[in-house]
Amino acid sequence: MPIVKAVTCPVCGCLCDDIELTVENRKIAKVKNGCAMCESKFLSYSGHRLLKPLVRRNGEFVRVSLGEAIKKAAKILSESNYPLLYGWSSTSCEATRVGIELAEEVNGLIDNTSTICHGPSTLSTQDIGMASSTLGQIRHRADLIIYWGSNPWSAHPRHIERYTAFTEGRFEKSEWRGYLTKIKALNVKKKIRSALRRLQRKEKISMPSLHASPYPALLKKGRKLVVVDVRKTKTAEIADHFIQVEPNKDYELLQALRALVKDQEIETDNVAGIPTEYLEEIADVMVNCDFGVLFFGLGLTMSRGKLRNIDAALNLTRDLNMRTKFVIMPMRGHFNVTGADTVFTWQTGFPYAVDFSLGYPRYNPGETSAVDVLLRKESDSALIIASDPVSNFPKKAVEHLVKNPLIVIDPHMNATAQMADVIFPSAFVGVEASGTAYRMDHVPLPLKKIVDPPRGILSDEEILRRILSEVRKIRKRKQAEAS
Amino acid sequence: MQNLKLQVTLLTGRTIEQGVGKERGKTSKEYMESVSVCYIDPEDLKRLGIKEKANVQISTEYGSVVVKAIKSQRGPHPSIIFIPYGPWANALVDPETNGAGMPSLKGIPAEIAPAPDKPVLGLEKLLKEEFGKE
Repeated sequence: MPIVKAVTCPVCGCLCDDIELTVENRKIAKVKNGCAMCESKFLSYSGHRLLKPLVRRNGEFVRVSLGEAIKKAAKILSESNYPLLYGWSSTSCEATRVGIELAEEVNGLIDNTSTICHGPSTLSTQDIGMASSTLGQIRHRADLIIYWGSNPWSAHPRHIERYTAFTEGRFEKSEWRGYLTKIKALNVKKKIRSALRRLQRKEKISMPSLHASPYPALLKKGRKLVVVDVRKTKTAEIADHFIQVEPNKDYELLQALRALVKDQEIETDNVAGIPTEYLEEIADVMVNCDFGVLFFGLGLTMSRGKLRNIDAALNLTRDLNMRTKFVIMPMRGHFNVTGADTVFTWQTGFPYAVDFSLGYPRYNPGETSAVDVLLRKESDSALIIASDPVSNFPKKAVEHLVKNPLIVIDPHMNATAQMADVIFPSAFVGVEASGTAYRMDHVPLPLKKIVDPPRGILSDEEILRRILSEVRKIRKRKQAEAS
Repeated sequence: MQNLKLQVTLLTGRTIEQGVGKERGKTSKEYMESVSVCYIDPEDLKRLGIKEKANVQISTEYGSVVVKAIKSQRGPHPSIIFIPYGPWANALVDPETNGAGMPSLKGIPAEIAPAPDKPVLGLEKLLKEEFGKE
């Protein structure tokens, strides 16, 4: 049985590149080193597949040849005034490059999933700048790790193990053993609590408080893990410190920490539901670390304040760099959303929400971003690739998206494909097609082709090339007719 | 008892089950079961007079949907409910982008009520009901 080593996992922004796959009868039979999502992808990529191009006729999907589907898609795109080309974060950089060429050819709007993910982070970074580093630096050097509005245990399951608190760095040690001790202590605490509860029912005694003071853990040696979130997530449970901020109050909390880091005094007893005294301790820990890192997630970009929350986080990092070394990084979700941003920037000068309607690239999120264009009902067709906006956009935006002709390129059937007019089944990049993807710290990694795709199934890049070539043919024909 | 309603704050986000489900396939049973749910604080469940796995109707200014109630872990999270990203959550979120391109998908005021007689719609039925297309 051939074993393929050093495979890059095409699921989340961690892009773990230490996966080992066992291939049996041209199928992946075993996954080593992967998380639950990685295993799920590599072991179930062949289920729920689309195997033939489909076109909607009289409300029903009809199987058609690839050539026919390409012609239909090219016709839709060339007849539209303002097509939307959306997705790109779960495909290769090579496919995105062709997509941008296509958007320019059809004078459309091209946007990637950053628009509903870390778009505000990009806007804010363009305003303020970002002190960042690679994950390798963090792995070896970081002694304070903060996750703010992000739950890596669920969304980036190996992030802590590979890059932060539970990894054995050259200068900083893994905190894994400490975590095991903590879990054991927590279990003992639960047992005592339930025993006390039973006793209380019998004898009506008052429950003694089992909450230890929150501060001792802040004084511990070695790597410290702090989580700031509105809910106590699994990541929060393993943290040395969990700060439960009230929903939509991250901005206040960040600004309060900025004040404390600058040795200013806070005149209220608590900020965003957290005692000021506690915040002072946290600020001290931040200032006293040797190398701190703040990873932030959609808890900041999606709640009230949006890009202003990120402004405050970037400024906090900047302030901290006056006292110590501190870096900040967004927790990118899709495996190649960073790559999509990067390719967009090379080709057009802008990372997402790029409008070609005037023949040259324009960028003004809020005006040229996918959700806003759909809410204003401006687009008149759409090509969706490697994404599922019907599942991820607000209802009002989806209403306009599905009213117009819709082309979908995706390996799987999904909610968006169910509403489509033309569907192209494609090969899974990183499983059935090779390519390049960018990790969340902007390190490019190769995606391997492990197995062959089902017969007749092409890669996203090849499908886009064929659509582009057909669009160009239609254009030439029209120009010839006009002249 | 069935007229009980609670005012809560709706959060949407990722769960590991949703992550595993989406990789298995968006039309898979695992995906539907991972995203057509709502995590509610055990005390709030008591206040609503329902038990875990009962159907609840969540309504916001932007829409309404029926999902299954699940006890939230590692609480207390009073008055905070959580629905994983997916078509069910999308029926409820705020489309306003505040000129930044990003809709407001977290921290939305919502109302929750028991819905013993209403079913949790499957993906196709939900899409048909929401957008009139399947």
